[in-house]
Amino acid sequence: MQSFSYHKPGTVTDAASLLAARDNAALLAGGMTLLPTMKQRLAAPDDIIDLAAIRELSGITMEGEDLVIGAMTRHADVAGSDLVKEVLPALAGLASRIGDQQVRHRGTIGGSISNNDPAADYPAAILALNATIVTSQRAIAADDFFVGLFETALRPGEIVTAIRFPRAKRAAYAKFPNPASRYAIAGVFVAQTGGAVRVAVTGAAPFVFRATDVEAALSANYAVEALERLSIDTQDLMSDIHADREYRGHLVMVMARRAVAESLKRSG
Amino acid sequence: MEIGFTLNGRHVEVSCKPSTLLSDLIREQLSLTGTHVGCDTSQCGACVVHLNGDSVKSCTVLAVAADDGEVRTVEGLCAVDGTLHPMQQAFHENHGLQCGFCTPGMLMSAIDLVKHIPDPTEAEIREWLEGNICRCTGYQNIVKSIIAGAAAMRTAS
Repeated sequence: MQSFSYHKPGTVTDAASLLAARDNAALLAGGMTLLPTMKQRLAAPDDIIDLAAIRELSGITMEGEDLVIGAMTRHADVAGSDLVKEVLPALAGLASRIGDQQVRHRGTIGGSISNNDPAADYPAAILALNATIVTSQRAIAADDFFVGLFETALRPGEIVTAIRFPRAKRAAYAKFPNPASRYAIAGVFVAQTGGAVRVAVTGAAPFVFRATDVEAALSANYAVEALERLSIDTQDLMSDIHADREYRGHLVMVMARRAVAESLKRSG
Repeated sequence: MEIGFTLNGRHVEVSCKPSTLLSDLIREQLSLTGTHVGCDTSQCGACVVHLNGDSVKSCTVLAVAADDGEVRTVEGLCAVDGTLHPMQQAFHENHGLQCGFCTPGMLMSAIDLVKHIPDPTEAEIREWLEGNICRCTGYQNIVKSIIAGAAAMRTAS
């Protein structure tokens, strides 16, 4: 890979200053996407700002009724956390199925959502659970955060510091992974919070989206049967060598039904 | 950059570029070629080492991430007198390899698995090995080896 200057700040403030002062810098979280893209010369930052030494960015806590996960918390730590398993077991389950175990030992929640890969798992949870993304500058609602293919609402110089998840009455995630890459060909996160139902789909379109028809059907009747004759509009879905848009649309509904069935077995 | 870390129980100080990958540092500078680089795209798992106790793909970790930490490679598994680690012995006895290229990564992942799940089921082993690819497709004996290796590790501990 192309050479770069390496920085390892100890605080978010220092990291933000470094980032603001440089034209072509990249933040390094777990590196599970950044390093492979640098090796392929798809990214060539002049400066790498490694967030690994910033202790305030890691950890899982309850703040009031919210589950707060630091941006640098690794997938394996979310998957193995007793607190996450108790409060939002669907989120722990999702984290336990990202990539493979070695990737889960490095990859982080903040890195995943900042990258906003169309097939990443976490964006579906963030959007369906109506989480709030806390950054070095502000708090961003999930509905405003994911704006395009690998694009988020983050401004230049802004750093995700934590994700704040409200509790859910029921939630579950079902995905159909590509058998080789383990990335989602279609992944659906269903969450019921109070009376509202939110359904987020990843892997199927250029970026995560809410399936509003599915939400409406489940809001009227939260049951697998409510989705039986429903299909989603496939016009904006992706077609590639792994799955065409009709097949992806079919998988979305299968995953939605599986997620609803799973969520009815347990709460959160 | 100057970095220092514990490698297989021994402290090492090395100089490397910020862009040096951990796999390259281990193989090229420290001459421990047991860690294999298969795909170099974090898919195959031949390069798995333990970094601060966790199995990671060393081709997708910067060497500087090991600074002040601890790295264990396949060379660090056997005892000083050459006695194989129980997991290595189990791979030997159960013919858990064909060409052997993926074996260092398989061993490092398997030992990490047993640390988390001392008595893994076949399904748990196969799930844990999702990131370790054997292109001889000799998974049956690898799984058999890990079941035996886990049992031997439980007895030894």
